[in-house]
Amino acid sequence: MNPEWFTPQNVILAGIIGLMAVGLYGLLITRNLIKIVMVLQIMVKAAVLALVLAGQASGRAGTGQSLAATVIVADTMVAVVGLALAIQIRRRFNTVDVSEVSTLKG
Amino acid sequence: MEMSWLYLVLCVGAVICAYRAMRTTRILVATLYLACISAIVSIMLYMLKAYQVAAIELSVGAGLVTVLLVYAISVIGDDAYDPASIIPKPLAIVVTLAAALLMGVLALPLVGLSGGGDAATAIVSMRSVLWQQRALDVWIQMVLIFSGVMGMLGLLAEGKSRQRSGLHTLTEIKGQVPQSQEYVQANQTSLAEKTAPQASPEGKA
Repeated sequence: MNPEWFTPQNVILAGIIGLMAVGLYGLLITRNLIKIVMVLQIMVKAAVLALVLAGQASGRAGTGQSLAATVIVADTMVAVVGLALAIQIRRRFNTVDVSEVSTLKG
Repeated sequence: MEMSWLYLVLCVGAVICAYRAMRTTRILVATLYLACISAIVSIMLYMLKAYQVAAIELSVGAGLVTVLLVYAISVIGDDAYDPASIIPKPLAIVVTLAAALLMGVLALPLVGLSGGGDAATAIVSMRSVLWQQRALDVWIQMVLIFSGVMGMLGLLAEGKSRQRSGLHTLTEIKGQVPQSQEYVQANQTSLAEKTAPQASPEGKA
């Protein structure tokens, strides 16, 4: 009953593209600094899934998984520093709007 | 085929959670949606036999990052003020669709390659790859964690140290930044010292 293309790999691939698209759209239209960190997290989750899937599909699961672990750690550090910056920007400029911050001096 | 349906349900759930996280008006609710995405991605990673990555994603993505976001929200406030974007929405939609199409075309050769493999083999393979072949990655991860923690501590401590010293009030407008008790006391004593020499000659006279 199910078509030939309806395999787990294709479904996960579609999910990865969907997550990436939602994250990219959010990155383009959002100006709130916290939300920017969040949409970056969404995009990186899609990238992690893609790395593991690519490792499985190419027969080198270990490489894909180790790269995925590295990406998770790097992404967490990006979130940590981004949130600390957001807190400091809020304290100094009383805003989290990135376009407003870019025009301020001090 | 049942696995395909399960993956489809998980993927649709993840995309819906991502959309809701982006569109919601409260950041705290968006944080919870983000944790849901992490949990769903962890389930998918587990089903793909990437057990260790799934555990890392669940503990870091749904645990640590959520706690950090809630802490940031408690400091900043649950203000999801998000003004209209600089880029027009139709243009953003077109760019997003073009990027999605490009990703689909580029990822298409992935479909049909050999997949699967034994779970135990995958775990051993990841261990050997991570600790033997890609040892540099492990060192880079350590440096990243250390520098990230140091950077966060430095950024968070900067405001407090400036506030404690009271030096910021010399350059910044009064009232915008809360003044520390030490600065107020120092200001009062300096004022008292200025008025004291004027009072003493009068007393002698």
